[in-house]
Amino acid sequence: MSLPATAATTKQVVLAVDGLRLEARIGALVEDVSLALEEGEMMGLVGESGSGKTITALSILGLLPAAAVRHAAGDIRFRGRPLSGLSEAEFNAIRGRDIAMIFQEPMTSLNPIMTIGAQIGEVLEIHRGLSGTARRDEVLRLLELVGLPASPDQLDRYPFQLSGGQRQRVMIAMAIACEPAVLIADEPTTALDVTIQAQILELIARMRERFGMACLLVTHDLGVVAETCDTVAVMYAGRVVEQGPVAAVFRTPLHRYTEALLRSIPAANPPGVSLPAIPGTVPAPGARPPGCAFADRCGAVIARCRADLPPRITRDDRVAYCWNPAA
Amino acid sequence: MTPMLSVVDLVKHYPAPGGKSVLALDGVSFSLARGEIFGIVGESGCGKSTLARTLMRLATASSGRILYEGEDVMAARGRALKRLRGEIQMVFQDPFGSLNPRHTIERIIGEPLVVHNRPGRAARVRELLDLIGLPQSAASRLPHQFSGGQRQRIAIARALALSPKIIIADEAVSALDVSIQSQIINLLAQLRRDLGLAIIFISHDLSVVRHLSDRIGVMYFGRFVEQASAADLFAAPRHPYTRALISAVPKLPGAAGGPCGKRIVLSGDVPNLAHRPGGCLFHPRCYIAQDRCQKDVPPLAATRPDKPDWLSACHYADEIDGLVAETASENR
Ligand SMILES: Nc1ncnc2c1ncn2[C@@H]1O[C@H](COP(=O)(O)OP(=O)(O)OP(=O)(O)O)[C@@H](O)[C@H]1O
Ligand SMILES: Nc1ncnc2c1ncn2[C@@H]1O[C@H](COP(=O)(O)OP(=O)(O)O)[C@@H](O)[C@H]1O
Ligand code: SF4
Ligand code: SF4
Ligand SMILES: [Mg+2]
Ligand SMILES: [Mg+2]
Repeated sequence: MSLPATAATTKQVVLAVDGLRLEARIGALVEDVSLALEEGEMMGLVGESGSGKTITALSILGLLPAAAVRHAAGDIRFRGRPLSGLSEAEFNAIRGRDIAMIFQEPMTSLNPIMTIGAQIGEVLEIHRGLSGTARRDEVLRLLELVGLPASPDQLDRYPFQLSGGQRQRVMIAMAIACEPAVLIADEPTTALDVTIQAQILELIARMRERFGMACLLVTHDLGVVAETCDTVAVMYAGRVVEQGPVAAVFRTPLHRYTEALLRSIPAANPPGVSLPAIPGTVPAPGARPPGCAFADRCGAVIARCRADLPPRITRDDRVAYCWNPAA
Repeated sequence: MTPMLSVVDLVKHYPAPGGKSVLALDGVSFSLARGEIFGIVGESGCGKSTLARTLMRLATASSGRILYEGEDVMAARGRALKRLRGEIQMVFQDPFGSLNPRHTIERIIGEPLVVHNRPGRAARVRELLDLIGLPQSAASRLPHQFSGGQRQRIAIARALALSPKIIIADEAVSALDVSIQSQIINLLAQLRRDLGLAIIFISHDLSVVRHLSDRIGVMYFGRFVEQASAADLFAAPRHPYTRALISAVPKLPGAAGGPCGKRIVLSGDVPNLAHRPGGCLFHPRCYIAQDRCQKDVPPLAATRPDKPDWLSACHYADEIDGLVAETASENR
C-alpha cells in the first residue's frame, strides 16, 4: 500500500492499519478500522469512551488482551512490513525502538519498585546496547530533554515520589529513548492539569521536529486535536466514521456525529446558552444496531440509516461514512 | 443584599508524617448569592475538594468562619447540623463509586428522605426522576444498568431530594464523555433556573466552568488568587496565574482567544504543599515576578475602582498587560 517515495516531497506512510476487526465474546469491539500515518504526521484519534481507541492502539503494538479479544483480523504494517503474525521476540524488537507507546495512567505502566534511572536505563540497554557511564549519561540527557531535573540524585527516585506530570515525562523519556518513528500516545494528558498538559504537548511537538517522529494521539479533547494535530480520525461505536485534515474536518464536518459533537461543546457556544447536546448514549458492543450506530441520536437520520451500513463518501482528501452527510 | 453563604478566612491543616502538618486551605474567603453559580478552578492539589468538604462539614476547618443565612455552620451540632446538611448537598466526580451497587435507584434517591424522616418518599422519588430526565421505570433498577451520564443524573437527584438551597458539584462532569457532559451541564443550568438553586461548581475544565458560572474563583496553593465575573475573568484576567491557566486551554478554531491568545507555558510543576515559597506563593512560576514578590504576600483585594467585586492577589495587577508584553519581547 505504501509506495516507495519517488520525490523528496512525497512523505512515506510509516504505519498503516487496514480493515482492523477485533471481536470479543459479546460481539465486535472494533470494525473495519483503517488508518495511515505518514512520516512526521500527527494524527488525533478521538471518540467517546468505549469507542475502541485504546484497543486499536494496543493491537498496533501486539498488546491485545488475549483473554478479552477472541479474534483479530486485518492488516497492520510498519514501513510496509506486516506486523500481524510476528513472533513475540520480533515484536519486542519493534516495540520501543520503532513504535513506542505512552499510556493514559503512567503509574500503572511504570514499574513501582524500580528507580526511574533504572527504568529508562533498561530501555537503552535493551534497544541500544548501552551500559555503564554511556548509559547513565544518556539517561541524564533524556531527563533534560523532557524537562526533568537532570541531576544524578533524580535517577534514584521512585515513581511514587513524582507528580503525575513528572511521571508522564518519565514515560515520554522512555518512549523517545530510541527516537522511534511512531509514537502512540493514549490520552497522555487527560489526567493532567492544563498547565502541565501544555508542557507535555510542547514536548511531543519538539520530538516531532527533532527526528521526524509521527504520532497517533488518542484523546477526547477536540481543542487539543485542533491545536496540535495535522489529521484526525473520529471513532464512534468501534468504527472510524470520519477522517481527514483537522482544519477541514473541524470547519465543515461531513459525518453527522462529528458535526453534532463539535456543535455541542461549551467552547463552541456563547456562555450561558443551553448547549445543543447530543441526546442518548453510545450503544455498547453487542447492542449496536444494524446500519449506522449513531442513528438513534442523529438529528439527520433517514430511513436507510437504520437498515444499511452507511457508504464511504469522499471529499478531496477526506473520508466519511454517512447516508446523509452534513456537507 | 447579604449573601446566602459567606466563607471568611478559612484555614485547614491536614496532619502530615513526622508530626508536621500541611496547609491545604490558607485563608480562603468568598461568598455565594441565592441562585448564583460560583465556579472554582485551579490545578490538582490546590485545595478545591478540601474546601468543598469543609463546607459540607465532612472535614473540620482549623479556623475561619462559614455563615449560611447568618448561621455559624462550623458551630452547628445535632439537629442544627442535620438541618444544615439538608440545605447544602454535594455531587461527586465518580458517579459509580458514590452509588451503592446493591440498592435500587428508588432507594438511593430516597435515602436522604429516610435519614431525615421526611414523609412521601415514593412520590418525591417520582418527582425527582422527572426533574432529572429519567423514566419512572428507572426506580426499580440497579446502578450498573445505567450509563455514566445516567448515573450522574441519579446522583444529582439524590442530592436534590431534600430540596437543598446549595449544591456543591466537585468535578461532577469531569469523568463523562464530551457528548454526555453537555447534557449534564444543561441539566445543572436548568435546575438553577427552575429551582433557584445556588451551585458551587468545581472543575479543572475552564471552558465548562466559564460556560456555567456567573462568577469564578481561581485557586492556587490553598488560596484564591482571583475572583471575578466569568465575563471579566476571561476577557482580561488581572493575575498572571489566571492568565497562564486560560491561555493553556487548547482552543477550537474560531473560538474566542481573548488577550490570552498567545500561550504562556508555565515552567515548573503544580505546587507541592511540602515546599511553601515565601512572599507571593506563585513567584517561583511567575513570568512577571519582581523583587518584592519574594518577600511581600499580595492580599486578595479589589484592584479596579470601577469593579469592587473583582479581586486579584497580585502586586502588579494594574500593570499586568505591560509586564506580560515586556517578558514576551524579552523571550524573543
Ligand atoms: N486527608 C488528607 N490528609 C492529608 N493531606 C490531604 C488530605 N486530603 C487532601 N490533602 C492534601 O491537601 C491538598 C489539597 O487537596 P484537595 O483534594 O483539596 O485538592 P483538589 O484541589 O481538590 O485537587 P484535585 O484537582 O486533584 O481534585 C493536597 O495537597 C492534598 O494532597
Ligand atoms: N481488557 C478488556 N476486556 C474486555 N473488554 C475490553 C477490554 N478492553 C477494552 N474492552 C472493550 O472494548 C471496547 C473498546 O474499549 P477501548 O478501546 O478501551 O475504548 P476507548 O479507548 O475508546 O475508551 C469497550 O467496549 C471495552 O469495554
Ligand atoms: S448515516 Fe444517517 S444516522 Fe448515521 S450519521 Fe449519517 S445521517 Fe445520521
Ligand atoms: S505578586 Fe509578583 S509573583 Fe505574585 S503573581 Fe504578582 S507579579 Fe507574580
Ligand atoms: Mg481508552
Ligand atoms: Mg479534588
